[in-house]
Amino acid sequence: MTAMTSPMTPAIEVRGLRKSFGPVEVLKGIDLTAHEGEVISILGSSGSGKSTMLRCINMLETPDAGDISVAGEKIGLKRDAKGNGQLTDRKQVERIRSELGMVFQSFNLWSHKTVIENIIEAPIHVQKRPKAEAIAEAEALLEKVGIADKRNHYPAHLSGGQQQRAAIARALAMRPKVMLFDEPTSALDPELVGEVLRVMRSLADEGRTMLVVTHEMGFARDVSSRVIFLHQGAIEEQGSPDDMFTNAQSERFRKFISA
Amino acid sequence: MDFVFLYETFVTLISAIPTTLQLAATSVALGTILALGLALCRLSGIAPLDWFARAYIFVFRGTPLLVQIFLIYYGLSQFRGVRRSMFWFILRDPYWCAIIALMLCTAAYSAEIIRGGLLSVPHGQVEAGRACGMSRFLMFRRIVMPLAVRQSLPAYSNEIISMVKATSLASIITIMEVTGVAAKLISETYRAIEVFIVAGAIYLAINFLLTRIVVLIEYRLSPHLRQAPSLQPVAAGEMR
Amino acid sequence: MTQPSFLDLIGSGPDGWGPALAAAAMMTILIALAGYAIGMVFGALGAWAKIAGGPIARSVAGTYTTVLRGIPDLLVIYLFYFGGSTVISAIGHLFGASGFISFPGFIAGALAVGVTSGAQQTEVFRGAYKAVHAGELEAAVACGMPPFLRFRRIIAPLTLRYALPGMGNVWQIVLKESALVSITGVVELLRQSQIGAGSTGRPFDFYFIAAMIYLAISTLSGALLQFGEKWFTRGVRRG
Repeated sequence: MTAMTSPMTPAIEVRGLRKSFGPVEVLKGIDLTAHEGEVISILGSSGSGKSTMLRCINMLETPDAGDISVAGEKIGLKRDAKGNGQLTDRKQVERIRSELGMVFQSFNLWSHKTVIENIIEAPIHVQKRPKAEAIAEAEALLEKVGIADKRNHYPAHLSGGQQQRAAIARALAMRPKVMLFDEPTSALDPELVGEVLRVMRSLADEGRTMLVVTHEMGFARDVSSRVIFLHQGAIEEQGSPDDMFTNAQSERFRKFISA
Repeated sequence: MDFVFLYETFVTLISAIPTTLQLAATSVALGTILALGLALCRLSGIAPLDWFARAYIFVFRGTPLLVQIFLIYYGLSQFRGVRRSMFWFILRDPYWCAIIALMLCTAAYSAEIIRGGLLSVPHGQVEAGRACGMSRFLMFRRIVMPLAVRQSLPAYSNEIISMVKATSLASIITIMEVTGVAAKLISETYRAIEVFIVAGAIYLAINFLLTRIVVLIEYRLSPHLRQAPSLQPVAAGEMR
Repeated sequence: MTQPSFLDLIGSGPDGWGPALAAAAMMTILIALAGYAIGMVFGALGAWAKIAGGPIARSVAGTYTTVLRGIPDLLVIYLFYFGGSTVISAIGHLFGASGFISFPGFIAGALAVGVTSGAQQTEVFRGAYKAVHAGELEAAVACGMPPFLRFRRIIAPLTLRYALPGMGNVWQIVLKESALVSITGVVELLRQSQIGAGSTGRPFDFYFIAAMIYLAISTLSGALLQFGEKWFTRGVRRG
């Protein structure tokens, strides 16, 4: 709650975000502000546009319209002749991406690199940090997510939960300003979900800014500072988890959480 | 571009197309029979047969076709026994030597394709045949073979096209098929690029036609893989 | 009576062709390596054009692969050998030289083998690129890697590991195709066997030993490739 009133520049600010895939308008003008230290859970049924919204923030999808600012810096966008959004400054986008940690539903660890190599890859080659420092930090992160013993394993030899924890460590290694989670537990067997959620909860407890697209109601209710409910490309309702889960205005949201 | 020369080259090369096609057709036909035998040897479960087929395939796929052609055409004449045998009238004829070499070589490649096709036949469908009292031979002829043929057609069409290309090597032992005539034209006119264009176009046309024919056969043979016509008539033509 | 035995023929004694055959085998390997390297370049360019090229680059690459896979390799060798000679003779005339200047057979052969195998490599590389899990590339984008870094650190190594089996096949094809270069007069294994067969009247012995040497080279290089593949694909779950 206190984060909402913070006088500081918002970590992420989204204004009037629109995105279509062909004739289908997936995002119909989204406004969202994430302040430092906030943990925002983004809920919605499949096709509501929640993943697309998250992917627009680090420009994995290029928005058709709208402004996105990360730590006060606006990402340059223009429209081409066909009306599709285009990035104006590739270097700027690359730098901003390196300040956002992304965790994917399907882990997306690089299969030709060991766990530790996955984690130090971007710090060394994108952020140009010294190798020894990157390794030391990576080891600390592995310790933190609880897979220090898997340091030299290849992703294919890890369980899904271990892979996702390694992916979280990889994202953290960039010292990101904001962590973006795109359904981080949806591809996991039920018994492996808990270990990933535990890591995410510990990150929230540290005061990290997190945007989490998820289906985990428990996480949304207990860990997040704010819950956003998306329906057909628009924010249907948002608020604190207490309000949202006890007396939501939206009939759809009440149905959604009871389903 | 000298179109008169291109046209004359084209007319000259056309006369050699039948030889190319005969070489390819004969060796593919004979090679297929041999390949079927080899594939059955591989799958027979009888160790000596299996090993023989393996060794055959290994040797013929591991050595250049041109060496095989030379070995048969020039090599065999080294032996007096061969020269005096009843087969000499075949083995002294470059045409038949080319066909034998092409046949032996394609058999090695096709055998693996056929084996793959036979192995792909689902066990359940074989069991179903057995369950209705089919004899082994009947089952092979009516169930296994048709399914295997459909499965291996795409790979087989590639093999046929390699064979059309491979017939060009017969020109090296004096056969005047398309490449042989082209080489002669080149050495007479020193106009390699023009002759190449015409000869290349002829091979491309042959191979294009062959590909279409195989696709057509494949389409005819696999109604079960097409979508039900009543549902989506448009999509049927797009399969494969 | 005084006919040398098969072993004498292939040995290094007075009647022996062993050293000559060994040198010719080296030449075969050299032609194959040179052709293969050229093919890798063509294959990489072709795959790049097909994957990331505009309409023009794509259709050029498409024509290239269709044409080269549809016409005999021998014809391509003729084109480079005789066509090359035509071109450099014409250039020679410009500088006052007269007559026919023949194009070096090794270069013509390596180029021809390279261009043909490049068409196969194009498909190998393209197929391998398509096999790379899109998410791994997206992860590289998401952590801010610029395009070239992404290519060097993620795309190229991942594509390479999927391409290895296909690349091994192309090598085997190239090795066998190198025998066709004998028509240009380069003394590689087959040409040397022809020379030996001609001067001893023992064609079978020579072509047989040539076949065995090809088999040995292909088996040995196959084993090497398999070893390399194992090393490169560590971290890939099998089965």
